[in-house]
Amino acid sequence: MPRTLSFQQAINEALDQEMARDESVIVIGEDVAGGQGAEGETDAWGGVLGVTKGLYAKYDDRVMDTPISESAFIGAAIGAATSGLRPVVELMFNDFMGVCFDQIFNQAAKFRYMFGGKAETPVVIRTMIGSGFRAAAQHSQSLYSIFTHIPGLKCVVPSTPYDAKGLLIEAIRDNDPVIFFEHKKLYPLEGEVPQELYTIPFGEAEVVREGQDVTIITLAEMVHESLKAVEALAQEGVECEVIDLRTTSPLDEETLLDSVASTGRVVVVDEANPRCSIATDISALLAQNAFGALKAPIKMVTAPHTPVPFADNLEDLYKPNAEKIASAVREVSEYQAWKATASTS
Amino acid sequence: MTLAKDDLLAAYRVMKTIREFEERVHVEFAAGEIPGFVHLYAGEEACAAGVCTHLSKEDYIASTHRGHGHCIAKGVDVHGMMAELFGRRTGLCGGKGGSMHVADLELGMMGANGIVGGGPPLVTGAALSAKRAGHGNVAVAFVGDGGSNQGTTFESLNLAKVWNLPAIFVVEDNGYAEATSSKWSIGAESNAERARGFGLHAVRVDGHDFFAVYDAAGEAVQRARDGGGPSLLDCQLNRYYGHFEGDAQTYRGPDEVKKLRADQDCVARFSKRVTESGDVAESKLAAIDQEVLELIEDAVAAAKSAPKPEAGDLLTDVYVSY
Repeated sequence: MPRTLSFQQAINEALDQEMARDESVIVIGEDVAGGQGAEGETDAWGGVLGVTKGLYAKYDDRVMDTPISESAFIGAAIGAATSGLRPVVELMFNDFMGVCFDQIFNQAAKFRYMFGGKAETPVVIRTMIGSGFRAAAQHSQSLYSIFTHIPGLKCVVPSTPYDAKGLLIEAIRDNDPVIFFEHKKLYPLEGEVPQELYTIPFGEAEVVREGQDVTIITLAEMVHESLKAVEALAQEGVECEVIDLRTTSPLDEETLLDSVASTGRVVVVDEANPRCSIATDISALLAQNAFGALKAPIKMVTAPHTPVPFADNLEDLYKPNAEKIASAVREVSEYQAWKATASTS
Repeated sequence: MTLAKDDLLAAYRVMKTIREFEERVHVEFAAGEIPGFVHLYAGEEACAAGVCTHLSKEDYIASTHRGHGHCIAKGVDVHGMMAELFGRRTGLCGGKGGSMHVADLELGMMGANGIVGGGPPLVTGAALSAKRAGHGNVAVAFVGDGGSNQGTTFESLNLAKVWNLPAIFVVEDNGYAEATSSKWSIGAESNAERARGFGLHAVRVDGHDFFAVYDAAGEAVQRARDGGGPSLLDCQLNRYYGHFEGDAQTYRGPDEVKKLRADQDCVARFSKRVTESGDVAESKLAAIDQEVLELIEDAVAAAKSAPKPEAGDLLTDVYVSY
């Protein structure tokens, strides 16, 4: 019987096993243990959603609570990384990057290049992304494109428990700063996860479903929405190939181009805002490098260019879903160039 | 604290090297030989020397945009620094960093920093590494009066206290953050006062006086090595040049720098004290002066004749190239 774990448990197990393997791995963040200096339980929280629960009991002072002071503790994790430790630091919600971004993009991201290759900064910044929690505008964004824009950062956006464990272990062992984006809606998702340690290399997208008609390129929770959509589409006779990016930096261009070369039709699905996004970046990449293969305009399914709303009906409207994806796929698969030309002439 | 004769000579050599390095960079920059933004440390030498005399290469420092002095005091190679300022391939960072990003991590020099207030969080982390390693090493953040008003600095003071880290924060209050007076921009009575509010040991020091800095830093470093937690030194000093090279300094008073050079020159004050006390012969200092001038001359000549980075260097030392 293959063993299953939740996405959340898979991340906890990766941290646990890496801390056991390597003394220099430490965990830093707000309430990663919880209860410091208070009268009740220590290890009261294990992170705001319990992802690091149990690590403090096992590793004591290698699990370090912090004041709510992101510039200092994200910066401290970066400084500690340049001086011998391998910190995994939690920036609770990626929306909080505004209060500590300098330490990430001007310090950590730049050291290796601007110091002429002499610095290594093996830090992992774990942070939550994603809408769907009714958490409104400041706790629901998916800001990986901003980090992907910065040379020197690696950006990981897993969609399954298996990938979460393997990619997090890879991130911890990597000698460069890695931003590890965890979609909060995925935490309860169950999936097969081997007990043993394993790594998944960065820059290798996964073809999670093969199909010859339309390529769907996506990431994080949208992988699952896309898979929902393609079942209905298959019954209509449209077979989709679904590609999970897994990392946005480095980006696996080859897998994308290979797939588009065979299907010629593309839908990019991204729950983030549309401008200057992963979706636009991939669309531009394909327009530049696969123009000859394209049989239809590239279609993007994204959130609108608005903040994430609070009211449930509005948030549901905001977020891409299987229905919107299916509709985009139908449009792309039915598109015929000669008809478009005829209608505009 | 007393210093042996060799230590006095070493401290003098550091201060003199910083002074001559900066005076020469001032000339080379004006001649158009050095590109970019350059911020000179001349006038502040006693602070870097007074603090770093207590440090070994296993201790860490992080610097500011005005970082040449800290580098030299931490033992960073002067040839490598000069070549870096000139943007040459032989520079410490291969010409990819420049004046604001000189670093030598092998020597615990975590880098000059182009972001005001960028260093304190990094030093907090280095202090954490030092504490976990358990060898009694410390980490020092140099920060200007401008950087002392950044939230990163406040947060780092607090975190260093909460985690009881072997960290020392050295505020170099040279009177001006760019063109704005520190008397105006620091709302509290002093940075020492402010640091005490965060629970740190803190003292205000005459930063023109090597011996005052040396004594205060010695106490702070020893406290940190002994597990007594973080401290702050509030060093009052002056810079001889502008915020950056090319700054017309119209915000300064008439003859302000002239008077400072005449009355508050930390290198001259050091020389006077050690020669008048009979600890060091004037001829010894004169010999160092000559050696330093030769070193700087060599470094400039070598930098000028060194190759620029190669086109291929653009795409190295970064993990993703598209």
